Amino acid sequence: MYSRIGRCGAGLWAAALTVYVFLYLPLAIVVAYSFNDSRLNAEWTGFTWHWYQVLLHDEDMLIAAGNSLFIALVSSLISTVLGTMAGIAIYRYDFKVLNFMVMTPVAMPEILLGVSLLLFYIQVLNLTLGMLSIVLAHVAFSIGFVAIVVRAGLAALDVSIFEAARDLGASPWQTFRHVTYPLILPGMIAGGLMAFTLSIDDFVITFFTAGVGVQTLPLHIYSMIKTTVTPEVNAVSTLLMLLTLTLILAAARFAPDLLKGKY
Amino acid sequence: MTKAHNPDSTAGLGKYLVSGPPFLFLLLMFAAPAVITVIASFSYPGEFGGLAPLITSDPNTLHGVTLETYQFFFSDFIYIEIFIKSILMASCTTLICLSLAYPLALLIARSPSRRRDILVLLVILPFASNFLIRIYAWMIVLGPQSALSLLINGMLKLFGLAPVHLLFSSFAVLIALVYVHLPFMVLPLYTNLEKHDPNLLDAAQDLGANAWQRFWRVTFPLSLPGVFAGTALVFIPALGMFAIPEILGGTGDMLIGNLIKEQYLVTRDWPFGATLSIMLTIAVLLIAWLTAKLGARRGSYV
Repeated sequence: MYSRIGRCGAGLWAAALTVYVFLYLPLAIVVAYSFNDSRLNAEWTGFTWHWYQVLLHDEDMLIAAGNSLFIALVSSLISTVLGTMAGIAIYRYDFKVLNFMVMTPVAMPEILLGVSLLLFYIQVLNLTLGMLSIVLAHVAFSIGFVAIVVRAGLAALDVSIFEAARDLGASPWQTFRHVTYPLILPGMIAGGLMAFTLSIDDFVITFFTAGVGVQTLPLHIYSMIKTTVTPEVNAVSTLLMLLTLTLILAAARFAPDLLKGKY
Repeated sequence: MTKAHNPDSTAGLGKYLVSGPPFLFLLLMFAAPAVITVIASFSYPGEFGGLAPLITSDPNTLHGVTLETYQFFFSDFIYIEIFIKSILMASCTTLICLSLAYPLALLIARSPSRRRDILVLLVILPFASNFLIRIYAWMIVLGPQSALSLLINGMLKLFGLAPVHLLFSSFAVLIALVYVHLPFMVLPLYTNLEKHDPNLLDAAQDLGANAWQRFWRVTFPLSLPGVFAGTALVFIPALGMFAIPEILGGTGDMLIGNLIKEQYLVTRDWPFGATLSIMLTIAVLLIAWLTAKLGARRGSYV
């Protein structure tokens, strides 16, 4: 479609290629060093599975991973339900205040939500920080992502199918159950998978709402980075990258626009 | 489907059933904490951390409303200095992101449509890896024994200069800030550039514009809404960042986020922490308002 002058010159390709290298090289090094037979992240000395074996016997790491999975599962289930409702409410009833409350936690610096929740838990709810406080916090910032995907799915639908359902005598519930729901289900699944990924990856908000009792995987990785960096961090990082990559690609199967930069 | 398309007489109950649960949840988990933060910023610190009560029956305990923390913030230049430094850091991050993202976004937008999706995917994928891991990766790249450090220090040695530490420096903080926020700049730019009509460039060429003029006088002005959207998406999170200086910065690289974290978790002066949060919120709102306004004004030319 583009005319001759709109095409990309070699300079543009070179600049773009440099950026891709910048994006991938650091992560590639982490992955490579997870198989490196050396205690230092400095030079390649040989291939080993050693750091993955260390990982499998690291009790603290396994507990943290279990906690992370549990929190991600519960919080993504709750935020899928609430986020779907929010997406429908914003789209169908043009609920501006809800739109603002759903989108702001997505847009603002995470630390603001983290510390305000900390203040709220301790000062108002008198809640002991732990699993519950983390799950609630994760739901608060995940609702928006689910709502965005669900609303985009609704906006892509033809309005006349709802009118047709009503004209054929369907009640609002029947319209939802047999028309809307099957059509937005892919969006819900994509949103839910995103919420799961966001939860399992979250560091900042968890850092402020976890208290001392509960470790999640990112919190555990953080304390390892801050104290003793061993290639075990590379190994857990590689596995976590594989997991989130799988989740994101799975989410994109249900909402193809997700990986096209369209949101 | 707006209301106009869909006059729905049965909306009443359904509306409350659908919007009620998420609304109540966010009222409790987002709006209430925000209100508490505002109140806390006008409170005295409690005796054992936390907040002093606003109202108490015992007149001898510290209580009530005060502007003390705000006065404290403006009286000591060190806090304003950290704010200015954070704004400078976020500005540099935004500018570097813009200069890296623009050629990439332009390339993607001008690629054949089948290749576009894969090029965008390649921008998003590294972003799907954990935030901490992306920061940690730079610990390895910039570490004292890394190839990059050895190369740079080797070159410095050739010129007879003293070696530098790349890690735990403002440089490390900046490079990681750019790294984690870059996709936020590429995507809105790409979305904008993709919509440009190629005929405009043909027309400009027919009118005698060279490649440089075509870029500066056609493509770039039209892309400004994308530039401002990307600026907001990079500047706002960069301004509130605390993990990157914490991991890659030196002792002097504290930003607003680190200051807030310290007040909440170390010093436990919550009223002052809340005041800093409010200041950060004001800065964020100003940026959001400014970029939205500039973006909308520029957008109206298109």
